[in-house]
Amino acid sequence: MNDLVLALFRLGFLVLLWLLVLSVVGAMRRDLVIGTRARTGEPSARAKKKNPQLAEPEPTARKAATALLVLEGPLSGREIKLAGTPILFGRAQDATVVLDDDYASGRHARLFPQGSRWFIEDLGSTNGTFVGENQLARPQQVEIGQRIRIGKTVLELKA
Amino acid sequence: MSELQTAPVPRRNFELLLLVLALGVGFAAFYLVGSATDEVDHTDFIVEMSILSGLALLLHVLLRIFAKYSDPVILPITVALNSLGLAMIHRIDLSRSTEQSFRQLIWTGIAMLIAAVVLWALRDHRNLRRFTYIALLVSILLLLLPMIPKLGVTINGARIWVRVAGFSLQPGELAKITLSIFFAGYLSSNRDLILMAGRKFGPMQFPRMRDMAPMVIAWLVSIGVLVVQRDLGSSILFFGLFIVMIYVATARISWVVIGLLMVVVGGLFAATTMSHVTRRLNTWINAFDPEVYHAQGGSMQIVEGLFGMADGGLVGTGLGNGSPYRVPLANSDMIIASFGEELGLIGLAAILMLFLLLVTRGMRAALGSRDTFGKLLATGLSFTLALQCLVIVGGVTRLIPLTGLATPFMAAGGSSLLANWIIVALLLLISHNSRRPMSGSVGPTDEVATPGAASTKAVKTK
Repeated sequence: MNDLVLALFRLGFLVLLWLLVLSVVGAMRRDLVIGTRARTGEPSARAKKKNPQLAEPEPTARKAATALLVLEGPLSGREIKLAGTPILFGRAQDATVVLDDDYASGRHARLFPQGSRWFIEDLGSTNGTFVGENQLARPQQVEIGQRIRIGKTVLELKA
Repeated sequence: MSELQTAPVPRRNFELLLLVLALGVGFAAFYLVGSATDEVDHTDFIVEMSILSGLALLLHVLLRIFAKYSDPVILPITVALNSLGLAMIHRIDLSRSTEQSFRQLIWTGIAMLIAAVVLWALRDHRNLRRFTYIALLVSILLLLLPMIPKLGVTINGARIWVRVAGFSLQPGELAKITLSIFFAGYLSSNRDLILMAGRKFGPMQFPRMRDMAPMVIAWLVSIGVLVVQRDLGSSILFFGLFIVMIYVATARISWVVIGLLMVVVGGLFAATTMSHVTRRLNTWINAFDPEVYHAQGGSMQIVEGLFGMADGGLVGTGLGNGSPYRVPLANSDMIIASFGEELGLIGLAAILMLFLLLVTRGMRAALGSRDTFGKLLATGLSFTLALQCLVIVGGVTRLIPLTGLATPFMAAGGSSLLANWIIVALLLLISHNSRRPMSGSVGPTDEVATPGAASTKAVKTK
């Protein structure tokens, strides 16, 4: 084969390799967002008008939760003071809140603070953890007054 | 501004497109290798590439059925790396008249089929969580297998192979997967205990011994066995995996500090007391000393590899046109040097970019994953890939001492191919799980729950 053609082929191969790399990078570009809504910078007034969901919700005076109220279940009526530390729910003796409940798992769920907000995370329990009527699939923020259900126990954050 | 809302899309067609491009790279590589030799016989490579393409398409179809939302770039990148490796092994076969590439092709086939089986049988990575402790047991068994007298074989001074029915296997390669599963499973359920219970010494908090015991046992056994078997590369790999998993699970920088201190202490200990480690360090620092160069097991391999890469320069000598066969182990440990020589800096950079992209896709799957186990598993697996590349590429380029770890998907060696293809299958499953649309309406809920509506779904635990 002609040497020149072969040399061109070799350079062409390098181009092909980089073409693969660059198309992969191109494919990733739109995928760099995490979650369902990604914001790049502050949306303009026009963009806000077009997509109303882009507008920041008005900052409401948020009250920090101070206690956790047990509404139903074996510990019904109890109030647990919230410090800045995570709380572990479950039947295991080393849990922060020990639930004497066949429907709860050993280490069932975890309530943890982030700034002034509280999040609940299911720790792979058998029967799941529910906020309102929805079963948790990932850590989720809990608002004051929202009902959390773990087995037979129903909890609520109190301001 | 129009793409702000990203709804989950399968993107399998895009994967097909990239797959065709990746296979094109493979075909082109084989074509160049073939055309550099005098008698142009293309039947070999057409057969090899056809088998590879067939298996790649099979995996693609399986993904369409079982993991529709999995990451579209993982499979094409892997196929591209695998076919480049095959082409290079084939090329070194031609100048050394060996038959390595056929074996490698068989192993590629086996590895891809097992990856397909993993995709088909597992469906959801969360099923693995049930095997947390079984995974620990299996890892210990795998690591101990080569020590059994008649089964184990010693090759190049390391007793890490097992010979079964004519095939030599390296069970330690599979142990990195089972250990990742164990670490992920254990840490995802005991993270809180490790984090919260424990005593404080100054600014650092140490967990209670009984919370950490299974982890420490896993770590001691893997490191102990590897030191006895004289496999330095794998000990680095397992130790790195251990530190990273604990760091990711607990987000405490103190673990990294403790881990690095242990590396320094262990490294100094190994460097002064273990003869094979001392020799490795010497061949690394004094590589160009003639005495070290000519010594038995000296630096000849590294230095020849460096000369080869220097000869390659920016654009390389072209596939099939250089002389990478002069380097010992040019098709396994030193395959990166072979690529550096024949594809030059530009080609080698592209290969490293492909590895980097693969690892970032694994990390992306971890970020998007909805369960802690999946997060930790994806992190552990993709970190394993990254650390393997660092150790071997760093070793070949004399950044760090050379230790024998296989370049993922490229180096000749069946067990490494098998293990890495299983890792890819697991990453695909995890990414499917993190990208698929959520069932039910779970999300940032703004509405306040209606009281007393949900108390019917409970299932009795026992």
